[in-house]
Formats: sequence, structure tokens, C-alpha cells
Amino acid sequence: MEQFAAIKRSKDGQPVRYLVVDDSVFARKNLARMIETFGGQIAGEAGDGMTAISEYDRTNPDIVLMDITMPQMEGIEAAEKIVLSHPDARIVMVSSVGYQENIVAALQRGARHFVQKPVKAEVLYEVIKYVLGEDGAVANAAGAGA
Amino acid sequence: MKMELIQPFINAADAVLAQGLHSPTTIGNLTMEEEAYRRKGVAALVAVTGDIEGRMIVDLDPQTAVKVASHFAGSELPESDTLVRETVCELANQVVGNAITALNDQGFHFRVHPPELHTSDQGGRSSEDTEAVVICFETSSGAVFMNIALRYNLRRQADRAARSGT
Repeated sequence: MEQFAAIKRSKDGQPVRYLVVDDSVFARKNLARMIETFGGQIAGEAGDGMTAISEYDRTNPDIVLMDITMPQMEGIEAAEKIVLSHPDARIVMVSSVGYQENIVAALQRGARHFVQKPVKAEVLYEVIKYVLGEDGAVANAAGAGA
Repeated sequence: MKMELIQPFINAADAVLAQGLHSPTTIGNLTMEEEAYRRKGVAALVAVTGDIEGRMIVDLDPQTAVKVASHFAGSELPESDTLVRETVCELANQVVGNAITALNDQGFHFRVHPPELHTSDQGGRSSEDTEAVVICFETSSGAVFMNIALRYNLRRQADRAARSGT
């Protein structure tokens, strides 16, 4: 997999910490592999919206990558609940269902961006940089083949 | 079943497989299935409800499933690995999600349900209004079968037409 210039937290230069939420173990592993190539760190994982909320409280990640179609509680509802209690939460919806209503609903409830599956690493990388804004910094690409 | 419903699934499967396997696919035979569905190997089912309802099954023989999953995972997986079945479920999820996105742009509204592993050897028979279409995709890892049985939800369409006064 392609290696990208690491995205670090501006405040302390530490790796960006991610919470990955998807009911598919395969999808979580796939995202985790991409995060690794971005120089990030997995703070936690969840397989449904309910667990995502408790994992957010426990891990306080910099970014949440959240699927939409999940059992028990869907991603848009979980995103809304997380943002209600953590207004600064940065949630990126990652779903194969990318029609406009879904995207608008997610953004209205507090998600910051939307990435359609199958996820392209280069697209996710750019979205992460955009969502982090000034709180993220791309490390000097020494040794990275971005 | 009308081709306008099938084409988005073909396009989505073609795109998802080509991206995941890093090689183009060839779309093989398209057949109507009247007999009860018989599972070929590792199969995942995704149900759809809304203006159009039914289900889509992605089905791969066990060896192909291992090859496809290994390709998607980026490392060799044993046949027994749960990740093989997980990958087939996620493959079905991505195909349906992308197809539904295209159909939504045409004005249809849906709810997609989480994928389930299809474990029974035989599924329900198709009926006149939910005839199944089977499409074979030839990939570099082997044949991937997609079995689609969808029908228009006429009641929902009538309700919406009544609400809009058409």
C-alpha cells in the first residue's frame, strides 16, 4: 500500500488518534491499514453505534471514521449523539451508501465529511487533512513516498 | 425484473471488484433463475427495503473467496479464516451501497440492511414479481456470482403518488 507523509497533531507532534467504527471486521482492518500509512494510531474500534459512543468517551480520539449501516444503532444517529456531548468531535462518515440524502443527514447531525466505499487511500488522506485543518500538520516527507 | 434496476448493480460490482482486485473484470452470462437459489460457496446477502425491495447475494466458491479476500486484505488468508467470510459480506455491502446510490439519483428511496452471511444451501424460489437474475463476473481470482431478486414496492409508489397529487 502507498505510503503517505505522516499527519501529526499540531499541538504536540504526536500521531493523530483514530476511532474506527464499522460492523465489518474486514472494513475496520482495511481502514486501520490506511491509517498506518498516514502515520496515525488506532485509539479504538467499535462494531456498532452504541459501542462507538462509549469508545469515544473512553478514548477521546482526534478523528472518528464512522460507517452508516450498522446493527443496533446506525452511524448517523451515533454521530449525532457523540457531537451532542462532544461538540468538537471530528467525525467522517465512511459508507458505501453515498446518496445525497444520506450525506446531508450526516452533515446536518454533526459529521464533518463523507467518504464513499470502496475507500481510496488518497481520498481519505485528503479528507483527514481537511477535517483536521490547523490541528493537523503534515510531517516533512523524509523517507515517505507520497 | 427491469434492466434499469439491474444495471446499477452490474456497474457497482464491476467497479468494486476492479478496484479491490486491481484488475479489470469481465461480465459473463446473465441468466434468469426460476428454481430455488442454490449456494455455491461463501455467500453474503444484503436485504433492501423501500421503493424497491428484495435482496442481493454475492456468492463465490470457497477457493475464489479465499483468493479475493486475500487480495482485498493484502495478505494470504487461510480458507478457515473468518476474514474470508467478512470480506464477502463487505463486498456485498459495497456493491449494494453503490448501486443504491445510483438508483437513489433516479428518484428511488431505500433502506439498506447490514449484510448477513448466507449459510443455508438453498434459498427461496423466485416468484413472478421477484424473479432472480444471476450475473457472473470473471475476475483474476475466479468467478464471482451476483444473484439479485428485486421488485417494485407498488404500495409505496402509490402512496407517494397520492401525496404528490399525481
